[in-house]
Amino acid sequence: MKNRFLAATAGLALIAGAAAAEEVRVYNWSDYIDEDLLAKFEEETGLDLVYDVFDSNEVLETKMLAGGSGYDVVVPTGTFLQRQIAAGAFQKLDKSKLPNIANMWDVISSRTAKYDPGNEYAINYMWGTTGIGVNVGKVQEVLGEDAPLDSWDLVFKPENMEKLADCGVHFLDAPTEMIPAALNYIGEDPDSHDPDVIAKAEGVFMAIRPYIQKFHSSEYINALANGDICVAVGWSGDVLQARDRAAEADNGVEIAYNAPNEGAQMWFDMMAIPVDAPNPDGAHKFLNFIMDAQNMAAASNYVYYANGNLASQEYLEEDVIGDPAIYPSPAALENLFTTTPYDAKVQRVVTRLWTKIKSGT
Amino acid sequence: MRRFFLISAPYIWLLALFLVPFVIVLKISLSDTALAIPPYNPTLDLTQGWAGFKDFLSKLDFENFVWLTQDDLYWKAYLSSLKIAALSTVLTLMVGYPIAYGMAQAPDEWRPTLMMLVILPFWTSFLIRVYSWMGILGNEGLLNQLLLWLGVISEPLHIMNTPTAVYIGIVYTYLPFMILPIYAALEKLDSSLLEAAEDLGCSRLSAFWLVTIPLSKNGIIAGCFLVFIPALGEFVIPSLLGGSGTLMIGKVLWEEFFSNRDWPVASAVAVVLLLILIIPIILFQRNEQKAREADQ
Repeated sequence: MKNRFLAATAGLALIAGAAAAEEVRVYNWSDYIDEDLLAKFEEETGLDLVYDVFDSNEVLETKMLAGGSGYDVVVPTGTFLQRQIAAGAFQKLDKSKLPNIANMWDVISSRTAKYDPGNEYAINYMWGTTGIGVNVGKVQEVLGEDAPLDSWDLVFKPENMEKLADCGVHFLDAPTEMIPAALNYIGEDPDSHDPDVIAKAEGVFMAIRPYIQKFHSSEYINALANGDICVAVGWSGDVLQARDRAAEADNGVEIAYNAPNEGAQMWFDMMAIPVDAPNPDGAHKFLNFIMDAQNMAAASNYVYYANGNLASQEYLEEDVIGDPAIYPSPAALENLFTTTPYDAKVQRVVTRLWTKIKSGT
Repeated sequence: MRRFFLISAPYIWLLALFLVPFVIVLKISLSDTALAIPPYNPTLDLTQGWAGFKDFLSKLDFENFVWLTQDDLYWKAYLSSLKIAALSTVLTLMVGYPIAYGMAQAPDEWRPTLMMLVILPFWTSFLIRVYSWMGILGNEGLLNQLLLWLGVISEPLHIMNTPTAVYIGIVYTYLPFMILPIYAALEKLDSSLLEAAEDLGCSRLSAFWLVTIPLSKNGIIAGCFLVFIPALGEFVIPSLLGGSGTLMIGKVLWEEFFSNRDWPVASAVAVVLLLILIIPIILFQRNEQKAREADQ
């Protein structure tokens, strides 16, 4: 907010004919940074930072493909990054301007190279998993003490969902994550691009559809924290932020996150510079600032997501680096799967299926 | 010269703000998708001049429009949107007419204040007003807390994320658009006509039906158009207040544009939506004109 205000005043100064400071425009996911870092960046570089947020890859991708977004740094997820690189949406990084790239963690960069060979276009910002957030008290009240909190059975088994429906279940409105999760649950390849295999996800969702209150990709943070809903299929750090907000509000709501043991999707959010960025130089400064070990640690400590920065780990708080929901053990990492982007035809099949699942039509 | 300007002004307006954007959308609807920036291949290349246009004509197909007929999603979404828009319009009229009537009957010195109260919500961002409904209608929201506290209900009502919430949102948001034109019509109403009706033995109620309603007809029609047209393509209210079962064409258009990255099909959906709106309006206007000619 403050930065927008700064930007607005900078705009006014420009109109008034006064010399305004240079701007860097960053477009990142909502609830995804420690806002103190934004002020720190402005202080260190003397640049004005305009910080906007989104909550779906689709929105970002459309802006990228329309061109002329006006942003200098954007944060697509790996699969989307790969497709947008193919469309020519990004410029190659000038690594000579990014000395802090030495801090990056090879465990992560070897995985992100799958989307961006040689990591030429993007750096990893955060990574995480797509799993299940629960209001522990309410779920155990409904399903009993031995409720399968760490299994997809909790949300994909109709008899569990039927009981949970009344206290509220939200799913991510992200077909590229929910359909792989369902395929994985029934033992199919979660990264299948075969329309016949993808179609099998329909049965899984149709059986539980009546019990899902809403498909949405950001509302569940507050809804979980307030106790409005008791289960959300969501992103690891978002659920943990809900846990934190509930603890701060001291409202008796206890939230827990699990990457289910049948396997969960692992994803990587990547910072990249659009090909038509107005200030690529400032963009590099921002990337280098983010890759600073202490800054990256501050961001992770705030949003409860793991990052791809090895040097930052010594500054991470114990409840971040020591929490297996954030930094899974090497064995748990084996249990996570990744996906690749769909081509236009398969994407249409996936979107159509998702519309059918959501609206029944 | 001045007269020419006066007459041309509305046409320039129509050309710049309606026709030009429409032609752009129409052009995209006739192109093919591609993984590029922007994500479609323009089939019409005007830099080639006449040859480019001829090339465009030879390759012209309506495959994106044909596609709309092949999947039942689209017509179901159009129908569902028409139903929601129509019902919302009726509800808005039922709520708005009494308010406008009350305003027109109020003493002269009150009217500016009442008018202000109708317009005042516009001073707050539309989004914030819709968001505040989320706070009111939620399971733990103000309405449920109030009703629970009053003992009217024992379990919270599920209103949020249902079609009911969408209707509440649309009626609330568009209410001023219904009230203002009706009020404008009622305010001009000559009260001596009502007196005459009563003198001739009309009851107050039938005078209302036979005199007031017909004389405010233009206000009602204007109000209904102002509510129906934006409600038909509404996207924000159903996506914030509605559940995922609320199928609306605005949402389908969004998915084509954002999820499928299929701008051509999205444009085809938009063109059809426009036709659905424009044809009844043109028919209506023609009908009006005929009625007027018949009067003279």
